[in-house]
Amino acid sequence: MAATLKPYLTAVRHTLTAAMCLDNFSSQVIERHNKPEIEVKSSKELVLNPVIISRNEKERVLIETSVNSVRISISIKQADEIEKILCHKFTRFMMMRAENFVILRRKPIEGYDISFLITNFHTEQMYKHKLVDFVIHFMEEVDKEISELKLSVNSRARICAEEFLKRF
Amino acid sequence: MTEKYFFGGSVNPITCHAWNKDRSQIAISPNNNEVHIYQREGNDWKLMDILNQHDLKVMGIDWAPNTNRIVTCSVDRNAYVWTQGEDNKWKPALVLLRINRAATCVKWSPCENKFACGSGARLISVCYFESENDWWVSKHIKKPIRSTVTTLDWHPNSVLLVAGSTDYKVRIFSAYIKDIEKQPTPTAWGKKMTLGQLMAEFKNSTTGGGWVHSVNFSADGNKVCWVGHDSAINCVDVNTGLTVVKLKTEYLPFLSCIWITPMTFIVAGHSCIPLIYSFDGTSITFVGKLDESQKREASGVSAMRHFQSLDRNSRLESTDTVLDCIHQNAISWVAIQSGTKEHTTKISTSGLDGQLVIWDLTLTRSMQNLKI
Repeated sequence: MAATLKPYLTAVRHTLTAAMCLDNFSSQVIERHNKPEIEVKSSKELVLNPVIISRNEKERVLIETSVNSVRISISIKQADEIEKILCHKFTRFMMMRAENFVILRRKPIEGYDISFLITNFHTEQMYKHKLVDFVIHFMEEVDKEISELKLSVNSRARICAEEFLKRF
Repeated sequence: MTEKYFFGGSVNPITCHAWNKDRSQIAISPNNNEVHIYQREGNDWKLMDILNQHDLKVMGIDWAPNTNRIVTCSVDRNAYVWTQGEDNKWKPALVLLRINRAATCVKWSPCENKFACGSGARLISVCYFESENDWWVSKHIKKPIRSTVTTLDWHPNSVLLVAGSTDYKVRIFSAYIKDIEKQPTPTAWGKKMTLGQLMAEFKNSTTGGGWVHSVNFSADGNKVCWVGHDSAINCVDVNTGLTVVKLKTEYLPFLSCIWITPMTFIVAGHSCIPLIYSFDGTSITFVGKLDESQKREASGVSAMRHFQSLDRNSRLESTDTVLDCIHQNAISWVAIQSGTKEHTTKISTSGLDGQLVIWDLTLTRSMQNLKI
């Protein structure tokens, strides 16, 4: 299983490097506006074809690019009910604090668990290669984090059950 | 070999820059509504003036060398022509562009009596000074532009104009203003030259796609090169027919291109390295890289570092923050620092990392083998 992780992340890394070539672009539809074109989708010539990279059925990344913004949506592995709950809680915790994560989107795209929105203003303030590193690092860590959470939930449940069943 | 400068200790991106005639002063926009004029003093730059008439981000600056006027355009839909007064302060004159979207690019014509301004209103304003009314008036070129005009450049005869836009097309227009100019002589691009006449139109790619980021006329005006978002370099020579010669590269998209000799041009963009290419009328060939920075030697035992990085970050690639080239972020603007389009000896590049770099082309190894 782990053998497929590296090529998967390499594919995502290369796609992100190519997708994150962003430029300042003022709206050509609304006066004095400058909005991420991938969100407003006001002119179809400014949006590129989206790319989906999937490792398996459950784990996949959707990368949508436009002239001044890129949206990255990640679907996190959820093998069972506990992982589903944990994943939901975990992403919800982060998205409620989206402004502290700068590039995090407040809501995920439908069908995905978490979304990032990177605009040209972010690439102006931050190093582009570091932004790519961050997304890749997040993808590596989130699986680990959820399986650790799951282990601690399970062990806690076991201790609780033992203590409870001692009475009988 | 290369000179690197930061202006005022700021790391804000430099949106655009322009030089005066003797290259002693530079006008830069630090990614906001201001234009800063710096005077060179040895290795230092002294802030001479701040031009702050614009409300929103400045998108284009051009400095007319002979008449010593600066034109700036901005997202606030205005353009200003700045003239220097007796006290060396710059005085603005508002230009009515008659557009209702952001202005994106501006260029003086080579004879400096008019300028062209591209905009998000899907049109090009060609502006000239009307002395009886004492203001700048603009004429529009509208058809058949379908999207934001991102870049433009003048033919050396000051009549033809090449424009690239986000509808994946490069177009050559006539910008002849009959009120102020004599009847133009025919060029290889065509004879009929009324204002707004479409002389030629090229698709950036046969399969569609690729926003055009930069266009440039060669010194004789017979060749046009442009770069688009498909990472390709395109050239057209009017003497060998209007066929587009395209070279797909392995680099990230380029944002700027400029001719440095009659045969060669420089491109630079998201890959952070300026590259030299040559065009002989039938094919484009790679000449060399300007940035010859060596890969920095990894300190310490590399195998140990490798395992440390694996241990600490659980990943093999320990890419650190500094890139192995001079510019640390995309290069957005290339200008000629000394010389002409016929024979350039130095170019200047600026980008999102807030650096201005001056490259001496005569010292570059790849340029020395190049026969001109």
